Amino acid sequence: MTRTTRRQRLVVHLGLSLGLVLVAGPFLWTALSSLKPEREIRRDPPTFWPETWTLGNFAELFGRVDLGTAFANSMIIALVLVATNLLFCSMTGYAFAKLSFRGKNLAFGLVLVQLAIPAIVVMMPQFVLIARLGMVNTFIGIILPTLVTPLGVFMMRQFIADLPDELIDAARVDGAREFRVFFTIILPLCGPALATLGLITFLGSWNNFLWPAVVAQSEDMYTLPVALNILNGNEGTHYNLLVAGSVVVIAPILFLFVFLQRFFIQGIATTGLK
Amino acid sequence: MAVLTRQAPPAPAPVKVRGVLRRSGLGWVFIAPFVVLFAVFYLGPLLVGIGMSFTDLRSTDVADPLAVDVVGVENYLRLMNDGAMHRAALNTVVFVLTALPLTIGLGLAAAVLLNSGIARLPAAFFRLGYYLPNVTSIIGVAVAWKFLLEPEAGLVNRLLALVGVDGPNWLDDEATALPSIIVMTAWRSFGFDMVVLLAALQTIPKELYEAAAVDGAGRWARFHAVTLPSLRPVLLFCTVYSSVGFMQFLEEPLVMTRGGPLNATLSASLAIFGQFGVGNYGYAGAASTVLFTVIVALAVLQLRLGRRR
Repeated sequence: MTRTTRRQRLVVHLGLSLGLVLVAGPFLWTALSSLKPEREIRRDPPTFWPETWTLGNFAELFGRVDLGTAFANSMIIALVLVATNLLFCSMTGYAFAKLSFRGKNLAFGLVLVQLAIPAIVVMMPQFVLIARLGMVNTFIGIILPTLVTPLGVFMMRQFIADLPDELIDAARVDGAREFRVFFTIILPLCGPALATLGLITFLGSWNNFLWPAVVAQSEDMYTLPVALNILNGNEGTHYNLLVAGSVVVIAPILFLFVFLQRFFIQGIATTGLK
Repeated sequence: MAVLTRQAPPAPAPVKVRGVLRRSGLGWVFIAPFVVLFAVFYLGPLLVGIGMSFTDLRSTDVADPLAVDVVGVENYLRLMNDGAMHRAALNTVVFVLTALPLTIGLGLAAAVLLNSGIARLPAAFFRLGYYLPNVTSIIGVAVAWKFLLEPEAGLVNRLLALVGVDGPNWLDDEATALPSIIVMTAWRSFGFDMVVLLAALQTIPKELYEAAAVDGAGRWARFHAVTLPSLRPVLLFCTVYSSVGFMQFLEEPLVMTRGGPLNATLSASLAIFGQFGVGNYGYAGAASTVLFTVIVALAVLQLRLGRRR
């Protein structure tokens, strides 16, 4: 880094601020519009700040589509997937990082293969399978394929590999079984990695669209993105409803992320680089 | 990490008892959930999908697999004569070739600005702001942008009207529909590249820049001679990661244009999704097999080219 003059610094800050306006603009405009009555949304010239503040769009939206149920569905699915991924990804990551067993390298290759398989390519056979198992339009059908994710396994392996072997060896000398070593020694040390993985899993599940859209077939099983897409199809020109729906889908994740971002951005930077 | 350093005093002579583990298959017990799921939901479906592509399987045949006939490469031949599929392939190529440099360029620009010596707090604030579109639901974002680009009530055309320009009907015009989606994608994606590139920029030793400055290199020359070569592996990662993702774009046109107008925004994945929707499993399987092959080949090619030198 070179010495920067005050003027250069000003230019950098101006550039970054302009960028931020462009990045945040769409969110802000959507959020403000969702609080205006439909007439005001369509008025020309436009108002930036709502002249009449109203929650009417949200009331109408919740009357039109069962977003409460969709919200609950999204939450249940995301929380279950967070739990299963935390457990299974760290177990798998532990085995790859600290245990030696026959076929380990081959098995780890599978993790990388799964990372490379595009969702659309396996979606149809997965659906046929789910259909034959009688799991269409069920939570279990939506949840099953992402119970353990390869990215999570990869992340946990990287993290656990950096833990000192001596800890584990000492416990093994004490006669602790491998599962006890894992649950009482390894897992408690994985706090930061588990936080990152939990957040990544939650975001991934909350935002996931394609698979839930295929499996969920009745309104009581829709997740938020699926419900919003249906709304978009049925009420494509009622922008007051659409922006309100968009806010319901986006806002919770923005809040969650702003509070927990330090886990996330670190995780991205490290998994991206290692 | 502070926890670790406290709990792990430097052991004088670590007792290695790894040998004990070799005789047990315990490792496989630990990885069993992953392996089973991989076999049942990924490897199996991948192979079945390829197999399906050589049959005339339709959604109605799922309950009765005996009604399915093997048709050889017929689905692939049909693919070669399908105008909509050609358009989808072309759109996907255009999308990747434009969205990729745009996304990485914006990410690099943001990372370099954030690394140019501004204070920590504003830097963290900007980094968070730029990253936000990345974590939001693509469906939510696509709906928001559809509203933004709406011809009359949309913000974009209203701002253009202020300066006397009559904005087009962005998503309903063949010339502007795909470019609109490309810009939205770059807007949503560049934060990821920024975070990864910024982390890499921070590891470049200052001495390299100082040495270059002593040699009389200007700002631009230093960027060229020090920054870019140091970022090479990370740029390669961003390129491969983003191209694999962009090759599969689907939700954006699904929500914003349904692939229209006149297939102008139909993507490969959206076309496959459409065939799947109408029950042409065999045909969709052939198209996905081609897409999968192209994605893997592209990634391998990029890695080869990127590592050579």
